[in-house]
Amino acid sequence: MPPRPSLLRTFKGPLVEGNPVTVQILGICSALAVTTSLDTAVTMAVSLTVVLVLSAAVVSLIRRHIPNAIRLIVQIAIVASMVIVIDQILQAWFFEISLRLSVFVGLITTNCIVLGRTESFARQNPPLPAMIDALGNGLGYSAVLIVIGAIRELFGAGTLFGLTVLPLAEEGGWFTPLNLMRLAPSAFFLLAGLVWALRSVLPDQAEPPETIPPDVPEGR
Amino acid sequence: MQDLATLFVRAMFVENMPLTFFLGLCTFLALSRRLESAIGLGLAMIGVMGITVPLNQLIYTAVLAPGAWSWAGLPEIDLSYLNLIAFIGLIAGTVQMLEMLLERFAPSVHASLGVFLPLLTVQCAILGGSLFMVERRYDTVEALVFGLGSGAGFAIAVAMLAAVRTRLAYADLPAGLRGLGITFLLAGMMSLGFASFSQMGAP
Repeated sequence: MPPRPSLLRTFKGPLVEGNPVTVQILGICSALAVTTSLDTAVTMAVSLTVVLVLSAAVVSLIRRHIPNAIRLIVQIAIVASMVIVIDQILQAWFFEISLRLSVFVGLITTNCIVLGRTESFARQNPPLPAMIDALGNGLGYSAVLIVIGAIRELFGAGTLFGLTVLPLAEEGGWFTPLNLMRLAPSAFFLLAGLVWALRSVLPDQAEPPETIPPDVPEGR
Repeated sequence: MQDLATLFVRAMFVENMPLTFFLGLCTFLALSRRLESAIGLGLAMIGVMGITVPLNQLIYTAVLAPGAWSWAGLPEIDLSYLNLIAFIGLIAGTVQMLEMLLERFAPSVHASLGVFLPLLTVQCAILGGSLFMVERRYDTVEALVFGLGSGAGFAIAVAMLAAVRTRLAYADLPAGLRGLGITFLLAGMMSLGFASFSQMGAP
C-alpha cells in the first residue's frame, strides 16, 4: 500500500494545481449558471462545500459496509439527503437567494465533483483525510465561482454584493455596464480566459496538441 | 396542439440545456471530441429524457405533491421535499433498465453507447429537466414534449460542437488554449448564436 500523502498536501492539491473546475473538468454546470452575481455565487460555493465535506465523511465512515455493486446508488442517496437538508435550510433562512438559485441547489446532487470525490477518494480513505480532501476541492471550486461571479457582477452591473463600486452613467457616474456580462455566453468566455491564464502560469497543465504537423516547411 | 409544438421548439432551441442553462456541461465538453460518440450521446439523451421527465411528473403528482394523499384522508401531507431522492432513483433505474434492454435487443447500439449510458445517471440536464418540470407545473403530455424537446436540443448542440472540434484538430492554437480553453470559447460563441433564438420565442 503506497504511503498516504500528508494532510496538508491533500488539502492544497485541489486548490490550484488540481482545481476541480479548470483541471479535472468537474462541476462546470453550476459553476457557470449561478455566477451572474456575487452573492448567489458565494451561497452556491458554501452549499457545495458543506455537502461535499458531509457526504465525504458519511461515505468514508461506512466505506467498509457498502457492497460494491450498488455503491453508486448508495452514494447518490447519501448526497441527495445532504442536498435536501441544505435546500431546506436555504429556504428557511435565505429565501430570497434560494428563489434566485432556483433548481441549481437541487442539482448539487448530480454535480460531478461530489460523486467524483466520494467515488475516487472517500471510498478508500478514513474520514479525516476524506474530509480534508473534500474541503480542498470545495474551496478550489469556490475560488473559481467567486472570481467569475465578482467579474460578472462588477462589469455587468457595477456592483459587488449589491453595493455600488463603479457609479453607473445613468445615475450620474461614468460607468456604462456591459450587458454581455449578464448573459450566458460571457460565463463561457470568462472561464475560457481563466483556463488560459492558469495554463500560461502553469504550463505543465496544457493539453498536448491533437495532431502533430508534418515536419516539412509547409507544415509549420 | 399549437402550444405543444411551441413548447417543443422552445425546449429545443430557446431554452437549450447546455448552452443557455449550462446543464449537462460535463458530458457536453468531455464527449464532444468525436462526432460519432457525440451523436450516440445525443440519441441516449433524447431517449432518457423522453422517458424520465413524464414518469417523474406522474410520480410527483401521484405521491409527492402537496395534497396528493388526500384520497387516503391525509390532505396535509406534503412530501415534495423528497423529490430529489425520488427523481434520481427513477433516473438511475431508467438508465439501468435502458442499458439492459439495449444489451438484450440491440447489442450493436449498446456497444457503441456502452460507456456513456451509466454516466447519464449523474447528468445534470436530466435531473434539471425533471426539476424544471416541477417548477413550471407541466402536465404529463407537456412533460413528455418538454423532455423530448430538451433531449433533442442537447443532441443538436453536442453534435454541432463535436463537428467544430473535429475541424479544429488541425488548428495551431496557443498552448494554454488547447483542449478545454478553446472548447469553452466555442461553446460561448454557440451560446451567442442560440441566444438569437430567444428573439424568435418572444411573443
